[in-house]
Amino acid sequence: MQRPGSALRWAAAAGSWGCRLLVLLLLVPGPGGASEITFELPDNAKQCFYEDIAQGTKCTLEFQVITGGHYDVDCRLEDPDGKVLYKEMKKQYDSFTFTASKNGTYKFCFSNEFSTFTHKTVYFDFQVGEDPPLFPSENRVSALTQMESACVSIHEALKSVIDYQTHFRLREAQGRSRAEDLNTRVAYWSVGEALILLVVSIGQVFLLKSFFSDKRTTTTRVGS
Amino acid sequence: MWDKQKEVFLPSTPGLGMHVEVKDPDGKVVLSRQYGSEGRFTFTSHTPGDHQICLHSNSTRMALFAGGKLRVHLGIQVGEHTNNYPEIAAKDKLTELQLRARQLLDQVEQIQKEQDYQRYREERFRLTSESTNQRVLWWSIAQTVILILTGIWQMRHLKSFFEAKKLV
Repeated sequence: MQRPGSALRWAAAAGSWGCRLLVLLLLVPGPGGASEITFELPDNAKQCFYEDIAQGTKCTLEFQVITGGHYDVDCRLEDPDGKVLYKEMKKQYDSFTFTASKNGTYKFCFSNEFSTFTHKTVYFDFQVGEDPPLFPSENRVSALTQMESACVSIHEALKSVIDYQTHFRLREAQGRSRAEDLNTRVAYWSVGEALILLVVSIGQVFLLKSFFSDKRTTTTRVGS
Repeated sequence: MWDKQKEVFLPSTPGLGMHVEVKDPDGKVVLSRQYGSEGRFTFTSHTPGDHQICLHSNSTRMALFAGGKLRVHLGIQVGEHTNNYPEIAAKDKLTELQLRARQLLDQVEQIQKEQDYQRYREERFRLTSESTNQRVLWWSIAQTVILILTGIWQMRHLKSFFEAKKLV
């Protein structure tokens, strides 16, 4: 079954030689003006992304945690001067729209520092501005014909269909991850329970035997 | 490349490249190549599921030991976003309306592919559920059998023990 790999997991191995090499990731928004990435966030780690945005552009950041722990993550969005535009702790899903008030590099970070041993997979979608027009030399002055405006509205509707499908796919992945965690836990518990059952029943028998054996020795001691 | 003294990012130094590796859901390597400081790669997925894209730098420069920083520009385009419409219009000589229709067709194709993926996932889920159901059934039967056998063993063992101790 052919399908474009829409859920891409990206893991950056920072440097070689065991040295701490910080990799700053600048997103290049594609022709659609949007970047969406699913990446893995190890425990006690923070991952930041940077985007160069022009003033006055309307941007939307949306993120969702797909696998790991309680499915929550800290998110923080800062403008080029370091002012915090958005800050939320332990959120599973959120969507934030803002208009860029100045030119520069905006930074948003996802943090899993509160978690000791679960690493998480996080999906985010960063939309910058509007989609570019289909024709680079399109002159917006001329009014669109009825056919063209019908095409435009169909295009918008289909874009929202694709968006809903993405969310559905993420929810399905999240549900599957939860189910797999549950399955592992139930499997370990059943095996553990069977072992406990055997150990307890054998232990009971020997304990009972030992009660009766001690009584014998005490009676003999009393006798002599 | 981050220059610590000047606090400014230097333009990409030659020799500093990135190694790209793409793995499909079965763990098979689809693409594994070394690129220079700028690169562009495409691939088509043949199996539905999670693909992994890994990038590491191949830097061996001593300067990086001082806690250097690398700035990487990354752009990923998927599905119908990979099409370059002005290029397609020029190549196939399409009018505006034809181009819009082509774009809508591409979008609908993407939606179809996504639906196929969901259908595949639902089928997998159904198989998994059925196997879990079977396993739970056999496990409960097995546990009941273990319980009964352990009870019988306990009774027999204790009975023979008490008979030996002449209490029964």
